[in-house]
Amino acid sequence: MKNNKIKIKSSNLNVHYGEKQALFDVDLDIYDKEVTALIGPSGCGKSTFIRCINRMNDVIDICKVEGSITIDDEEIIDKNLDVVGLREKIGMVFQKPNPFPKSIYDNISYGPTIHGLAENKTDMDEIVENSLKKAALWNEVKDRLNEAGTGLSGGQQQRLCIARAISVNPQVILMDEPCSALDPIATAKIEELIDELKKSYTIVIVTHSMSQAVRVSQRTGFFHLGKIIEVDTTEKIFKNPGNKMTQDYITGRFG
Amino acid sequence: MNKEQRLKKRHNAEKRFKLYGLTSILLAIFFVIFLLNAIFSKGSGAFLKTTIDVEVNFDADTLELSESPPLEDLENTDYYELAIDSILKVKKVNGLTEEKLLINLFSPDYEYEIRNFLLDNPKALNQTTVLKLTASDDFDQLHKGNYPRELPEERRRINNFQLNLYDELVNEGKVNKIFNSYLFTKGDSRNPELAGIGGALVGSFFTIVITLLLSFPIAIAASVYLEEFAPKNKITDFIEININNLAAVPSIVFGLLGLGILLGTFHLPRSTPLVAGITLALMTLPRIIIPCRASLKAVPPSIREGALAIGASKVQSVTHHVLPLAIPGTLSGTIIGLAQALGETAPLILIGMVAFVVDIPSIPTDPSASLPVQVYLWSEQAERGFVEKTSATIMVLLSFLITLNFIAVYLRQKFERKW
Ligand SMILES: Nc1ncnc2c1ncn2[C@@H]1O[C@H](COP(=O)(O)OP(=O)(O)OP(=O)(O)O)[C@@H](O)[C@H]1O
Ligand SMILES: [Mg+2]
Repeated sequence: MKNNKIKIKSSNLNVHYGEKQALFDVDLDIYDKEVTALIGPSGCGKSTFIRCINRMNDVIDICKVEGSITIDDEEIIDKNLDVVGLREKIGMVFQKPNPFPKSIYDNISYGPTIHGLAENKTDMDEIVENSLKKAALWNEVKDRLNEAGTGLSGGQQQRLCIARAISVNPQVILMDEPCSALDPIATAKIEELIDELKKSYTIVIVTHSMSQAVRVSQRTGFFHLGKIIEVDTTEKIFKNPGNKMTQDYITGRFG
Repeated sequence: MNKEQRLKKRHNAEKRFKLYGLTSILLAIFFVIFLLNAIFSKGSGAFLKTTIDVEVNFDADTLELSESPPLEDLENTDYYELAIDSILKVKKVNGLTEEKLLINLFSPDYEYEIRNFLLDNPKALNQTTVLKLTASDDFDQLHKGNYPRELPEERRRINNFQLNLYDELVNEGKVNKIFNSYLFTKGDSRNPELAGIGGALVGSFFTIVITLLLSFPIAIAASVYLEEFAPKNKITDFIEININNLAAVPSIVFGLLGLGILLGTFHLPRSTPLVAGITLALMTLPRIIIPCRASLKAVPPSIREGALAIGASKVQSVTHHVLPLAIPGTLSGTIIGLAQALGETAPLILIGMVAFVVDIPSIPTDPSASLPVQVYLWSEQAERGFVEKTSATIMVLLSFLITLNFIAVYLRQKFERKW
């Protein structure tokens, strides 16, 4: 498996929350149609990093982002960039499932509606069905699309959120600890799903589970105290890490 | 003190504590019942009125009308003669003084009551009909058992001759109590039996509608801006503190504001629902903003993030997701704010709504009464008829307030957070 197309490239990325610096000169390449796992101890800036990719940090008043992130060689750390268009291209799944308190159908159809992706009801039905199928949720909910999305189980809710992210046909999906609120069975389902999704999407996943990183990712980046310590293929990182700190972290000596 | 004693002491303390709580709840219930009982026992009489049967012969000749007159003629002809004749036939009396005493059994509106009957039933022309004419206040109260007939004659407004007339009429079954529709259809009057809260109801309705139309959208816009868009800085904090302070400002201060600015500077018409509505809207604004902001705050940030992450703009995330979730809480806050505004008296007194207004307002710029002010006005009157009307008005006002509060509670429970 050799993949050389770089989808996202961050260089010299520095992020401050007020006085406090959270990321230091982060250089990281994320390859197309691959799963990149980000690992590292709590508070090291993994979430901060992936939230830069879809500019979710804009919401936080005190957050200042400097440096460069390009997606397909297009700069996105740019005040004049239309974040709405960016976020259509880059979906996000959060740590805690956050479906809208609306029906399952409306949860999926919301994105396509605001981006004008469906001409009519038939189109929309198709988008909803496809998104749910891709998220491996269709069979479980096809008879109750009008019931509240919040009434599903935690794992189903998370897959609903993945379906919601897929619905606008993004190129990249960012996942911030998507399984941390789920039980092992639901986790296994999501991992299977990620494996399937990487055929069509570039995926960045933050995880605290080493085994999960090994299972789902092709490349892994290790963060520590806001710096990227090491990034390489997952195989290399876990079999033969180049850095002592990485070694200590993945063997559970600190973190 | 050994273990057993301590245990016993603790149990006793618990028992005492429960007892205090129970006592205070019983006391509260007692006061509520006492209050409701006082209002109901005084006010329920006002929903009935006393009438005296009078036979009226709508003879076209007496009324100087043609055989099938147009409506216009029916309206314009003089009914006084017919009215007096009909009343004098109720009982045989001799001489002007006795005639006058008999006529005084009736409320001075007899002429209009006869006229209105014919206007409503033009077919009654040339026929004889028994009408239930409204009795005057004194006889109304006498018939309801509120008049001290055992007083010596010289201390009563009703003299012995009239008492006899009344007793005979009662024996003939001509004195009745019927539902008092005047209470809801008429405006204020100097005669208690003719006074109603129709004007006050319409006035209060206009006022509340104006208050709602002004305060609700402004409060929503202000809350959404402060909660979702405003930068978190000193100015925002300052505004927030002042909104909270405004909610605690005594209502009479808003009355002064209305008097000084709306009447004084802008010369809006005095005693009108328009001015009352604006004044109460100012008072209600902070009382809606506070629950609205609380409801917005209660919407979890994850929902905002979810919407933003799928590519909704900030405004879309607010209008599509956050605001709809905050609306039920805001609505119940709004209804409670409006209920307070509905019962507000002091600011309305300052902007001149205490004027004696007979006509029922047809537009919000007509001078008008309002329910709480009507209570205030009538409570100052000495006549017994007004005493029961005061309580009846309070009953109507209370029933509106209770209904509004029930709606608020219902909304709150029905739409309890579902995320
Ligand atoms: N909204 C914020 N305001 C201020 N500081 C923040 C904010 N969010 C994160 N930080 C700080 O930035 C640093 C990086 O946080 P971040 O959330 O990116 O860590 P993380 O690697 O995702 O940790 P975890 O694994 O616990 O989720 C932390 O020191 C944190 O305190
Ligand atoms: Mg995190």
